[in-house]
Amino acid sequence: MLRRLSVNQPKDFSFSKKNLKWAKAQLKKYPKGRQASAVIPLLWKAQEQEGWVSKPAIEFVANFLEMPEIRVLEVATFYFMFHLKPVGSKAHFQVCGTTPCMLRGSESLIDVCKARINGKQHAPSADGSMSWEEVECLGGCVNAPVVQIGSDYFEDLDKDSFEKLISDLETDKSQIPGSRIGRFSSEPANMTKKYSRKKASSENASIERYRG
Amino acid sequence: MLKEKDKIFPNIHGFQDRSLKGVMARGGWVDTKAIIARGPDEITETIQKSGLRGRGGAGFPTGLKWSFMPKSTDKPKYLVINADESEPGTCKDREILRHEPHSLLEGCLLAGIAMGCSAAYIYVRGEYVREREQLEIAIAEAYEKGFIGKNACKSGISFEVYSHHGAGAYICGEETALLESLEGRKGMPRMKPPFPAGAGLYGCPTTVNNVESIAVVPTILKRGSSWFSSLGRKNNHGTKLFAISGHVNNPCVVEEEMSISLRDLIDKHCGGVVGGWNNLKAVIPGGASVPLIPKSVCDDALMDFDWLKEQRSGLGTAAVIVMDKSTDIIKAIWRLSKFYKHESCGQCTPCREGTGWMMRIMERLVKGDASVDEIDMLIEITKQVEGHTICALGDAAAWPIQGLIRHFRNEVEDRILRYSTTKAVQAAE
Ligand SMILES: Cc1cc2nc3c(=O)[nH]c(=O)nc-3n(C[C@H](O)[C@H](O)[C@H](O)COP(=O)(O)O)c2cc1C
Ligand code: SF4
Ligand code: FES
Repeated sequence: MLRRLSVNQPKDFSFSKKNLKWAKAQLKKYPKGRQASAVIPLLWKAQEQEGWVSKPAIEFVANFLEMPEIRVLEVATFYFMFHLKPVGSKAHFQVCGTTPCMLRGSESLIDVCKARINGKQHAPSADGSMSWEEVECLGGCVNAPVVQIGSDYFEDLDKDSFEKLISDLETDKSQIPGSRIGRFSSEPANMTKKYSRKKASSENASIERYRG
Repeated sequence: MLKEKDKIFPNIHGFQDRSLKGVMARGGWVDTKAIIARGPDEITETIQKSGLRGRGGAGFPTGLKWSFMPKSTDKPKYLVINADESEPGTCKDREILRHEPHSLLEGCLLAGIAMGCSAAYIYVRGEYVREREQLEIAIAEAYEKGFIGKNACKSGISFEVYSHHGAGAYICGEETALLESLEGRKGMPRMKPPFPAGAGLYGCPTTVNNVESIAVVPTILKRGSSWFSSLGRKNNHGTKLFAISGHVNNPCVVEEEMSISLRDLIDKHCGGVVGGWNNLKAVIPGGASVPLIPKSVCDDALMDFDWLKEQRSGLGTAAVIVMDKSTDIIKAIWRLSKFYKHESCGQCTPCREGTGWMMRIMERLVKGDASVDEIDMLIEITKQVEGHTICALGDAAAWPIQGLIRHFRNEVEDRILRYSTTKAVQAAE
């Protein structure tokens, strides 16, 4: 699939202090002379910082890793998670449309996106705060249908819970990621209660944190 | 049903104590040093005897694969863990990454030592950001305790574990594309030979294994190969994570015994097919790449590599996609064709062009806007792609369509007929 860079580009890019430190640490993972291995993680960090991957960001990463720019450009255009132009400022909805999600109603979520955000994917809503795209299997199929926003998965959605999610994001209500029907992870829904959430001890704080 | 005591992943859903203390109470990182002391040959032999077959899709014997790694080489050797998990329907490795990461890390160490590797790279699909965070916490814990790193588990052996990630490309699950990606390039599969065991990551001997294949290793070594091989049918041993999605009452990931019947799997764990077993239309038993099986085959289906292969389908990743009678089966398969078209890396012509043709013909078949001859033409295209490409994505794109036509040709023909009749009526009016 052909993907091009945006026509509108910022003047320059550089990592924040924190990200620069992080990037330098990444290089230690790979043998000497193999720093190109870090190209995807670095481009990803650039996207986290700016919201998308700009041409100056590509140049910056190429410089940092001592790679020819064309090689970094190739990577940025090959991998679908890199946004090559800005996305909605509040949320970019990545709606999974592959068969397991389709079987459980992802098409109705896409209809909601078309009605509320923009008739076309990859195009912003009127106020620029939201955008959407249909993506391929997110690897959460037993919690279908799934929508990814940023780093988080929203699962077990239906038309109503998705509408509510959009409304809440519009009004900046904070959102706990995960299942919309109260499941903890991928357990059968009728087991959730049986397992009991209370058992999750303080040692499990990392999961609780994970849930927002 | 698999007994609780035979579960390799008691905390697969994350409800139990996930701290290192909890992990160790369940047997993780216990006796690791003693197992290492058995030596690489015995570790590999135990895995070979257990009958473990790769959980990434192809079912290749894991111990045998390890034995392909050269013993004497002056280059470093690598273990690469395939956590790209992008096969539609598949979401089992996700649960290991976020809820049982220590079993994977302990497995990395033991497998790595068995093959004489100096490091493991775990390649996690880019979308799994939270899962990778959980994995990285576990890696930090394991380093802190000295389980991995210099003098891992006080064995005198040094072994590093790194997490790495992609950025959304199904093809990076193919092992050589994964290596390309890990080296910082586009994920385009390499020609084989050379195989990764000869020249893999950075040109060094490498073994690529699926997350689940490696995460089960510590328990096999602790409980013995005969325990593992006592589960499942001959040549299809052990426990297996199944992900059941689609039209069941309670979709879930569950650990079960290999060779469990499909009916038991769905009835006991998923609360049955929506509308009951007789409302079942077809099942894709092993992720998007394998041909579907119709209800008549589902009635007797055993969920293992060999049984499903005999039915010209496959266990694949054990991602069971269930479709009830309300399903537009042609559309369900068309959506997979669209997936393969989207994910083809484009370097071989039969795949790049073929996936597009297949998708476009399928698109028309969904409406019925085709002639009956085109069904055979479509099959012909799938045969032209199958087996004529660098990697198995070409085959994977062909098989679902072949399965559809094999079992539901009538339905495809009916739709064509209905469409042409409607058109004729409209024209007459
Ligand atoms: C197109 C394609 C995609 C694949 N995706 C995955 C994947 O996401 N995860 C995986 O473990 N194996 C995947 N595989 C299989 C790998 O190439 C490889 O066989 C596997 O990781 C080996 O591990 P195992 O022997 O432990 O099963 C894929 C293969 C192909 C052809
Ligand atoms: S078969 Fe398809 S995905 Fe595989 S190498 Fe060829 S073009 Fe790429
Ligand atoms: S098909 Fe949507 S997450 Fe797998």
